[in-house]
Amino acid sequence: MTPDHWLESARTDAARRGLPDLQASLEGLARAARLLRAADWNGDASGGSGLDAGAPAPAR
Amino acid sequence: MRALESPPALLDLARSIRAGDTTAEAATERCLAAIGERDGSINAFITVTADAARDAARTADRELASGRDRGPLHGVPMSIKDILDIAGLPTTAASRVRRNHVAARDAIVVARLRDAGAVFVGKTNLHEFALGTTNEESAYGPVHHPLDPTRSPGGSSGGSAASILAGMAFASMGTDTGGSVRIPAAACGLVGLKPVFRDVPTQGVVPLSTSLDHVGPLCATVADAAAIYRVIADAPGFAASPQPGDPRELRLGVPRRYFLDLLDDDVARAFDETCARLAAAGVRLDDVTIPHAAEIGAVYLHVALTEAAAFHSRTLETQPDDYTPTVRARLEAGRYVLAEDYIRALRGRDVLRRDVMAALEGHDALLLPALAVPATPLGAATMRVSGVDEPVRNVTLRLTQLFNLTGHAAITVPCGTTGGGLPIGAQLAAPSTAGLLAVAATLEPWIRGQAVTSPRLT
Repeated sequence: MTPDHWLESARTDAARRGLPDLQASLEGLARAARLLRAADWNGDASGGSGLDAGAPAPAR
Repeated sequence: MRALESPPALLDLARSIRAGDTTAEAATERCLAAIGERDGSINAFITVTADAARDAARTADRELASGRDRGPLHGVPMSIKDILDIAGLPTTAASRVRRNHVAARDAIVVARLRDAGAVFVGKTNLHEFALGTTNEESAYGPVHHPLDPTRSPGGSSGGSAASILAGMAFASMGTDTGGSVRIPAAACGLVGLKPVFRDVPTQGVVPLSTSLDHVGPLCATVADAAAIYRVIADAPGFAASPQPGDPRELRLGVPRRYFLDLLDDDVARAFDETCARLAAAGVRLDDVTIPHAAEIGAVYLHVALTEAAAFHSRTLETQPDDYTPTVRARLEAGRYVLAEDYIRALRGRDVLRRDVMAALEGHDALLLPALAVPATPLGAATMRVSGVDEPVRNVTLRLTQLFNLTGHAAITVPCGTTGGGLPIGAQLAAPSTAGLLAVAATLEPWIRGQAVTSPRLT
């Protein structure tokens, strides 16, 4: 599920539950999720295993 | 606006009591009088325990007169954030959700303070369930800054900070999940200590995010913070008064990128001046980087909201209307976080911890501002900083939440004021609480830009 799909789904469910005030918080979480998924520590099943948290910090 | 006056140090009071210049009862009466005179407009307290405080103060005086001295907190009036249990009193967490709660026993920290002779004058207001940085969402109304009632004293331990600045207590116990001790301490010109994670027990404290929650003191000086830390921490052998060392032997890392990118002009000026004073004193300052700093907010949000939602899930279903709307919305949003994103955040947290450890290598501590803006106006949703409109919550958490994620000790020390007289705080962070207090005790006069007159009572 992409963050965009997640946001759409969460918005729909929040509306169904009568929680329209959630919009801003959900949008903030979606922005944060996009950042998390783009971070260089993530592994990829087709390739790298991601940053080793025990290894020295990489230069960036 | 009132002018900033440094609040009295609790160690000064301890010395005065032992010198016979005052008594615990007299100090307690002064605090209760200040509450009576000023709390109608400040709203720092949810519960005032005047009778119990008077009884405890008289007992403290009698004990001292008979030769029983429980240490520097003996007879010192303190306030307690209303998220820590005091036996027999409600722990409201500033929420209607907990209106029927009465604590059966003291939180461990409260029990340790009580055993050390502290006198509790009352329980202080906060942002509902500590989930915010302004105290505006409280079932008991907002806390007003003692220097400017149109502003927040910072939060979530805002009532604690306001109570000290307004002379209603000599110190206070707060909690810090993203900066909730350090933010109000910086906004009110106080010292605020977040010890290393798990240095101080959290039993008897209403949780917000269990892997980020810390308990710590707000007070007037670094020596005061050390005296309180000695009482509340699981740190046998810690010296209550770390002796100031030679600043020329200290080396600090300054993380500039990200941390200094978004600062109010007065905060940037005060921080630059602090660095200049420290350099002139012989402290070596090196630029360091936190390579993944841009991801701090995203990691924090996913960890904090998910853990908070887990704690609140039942009452969100059974008492939804008892929450303030904004806090309810944040908690509900946390229920939608995907497990895979939470796992990514946990991995990011490890990476950030490694980043901080690398930045600390060869340094005694990191130095950065504590709060990117001065005390925020009540009612403001955003603040314009460095030409950018930022949500108040984001800009206030920006410089503190990293050390909740990594568990490092962090302390804020006043480092100046804005042109309008609002306090500004610098922040130090280090691997151990004892080490941090030693560095802070050494550098405090140069960070403040003035001598610390408080005596050290061993």
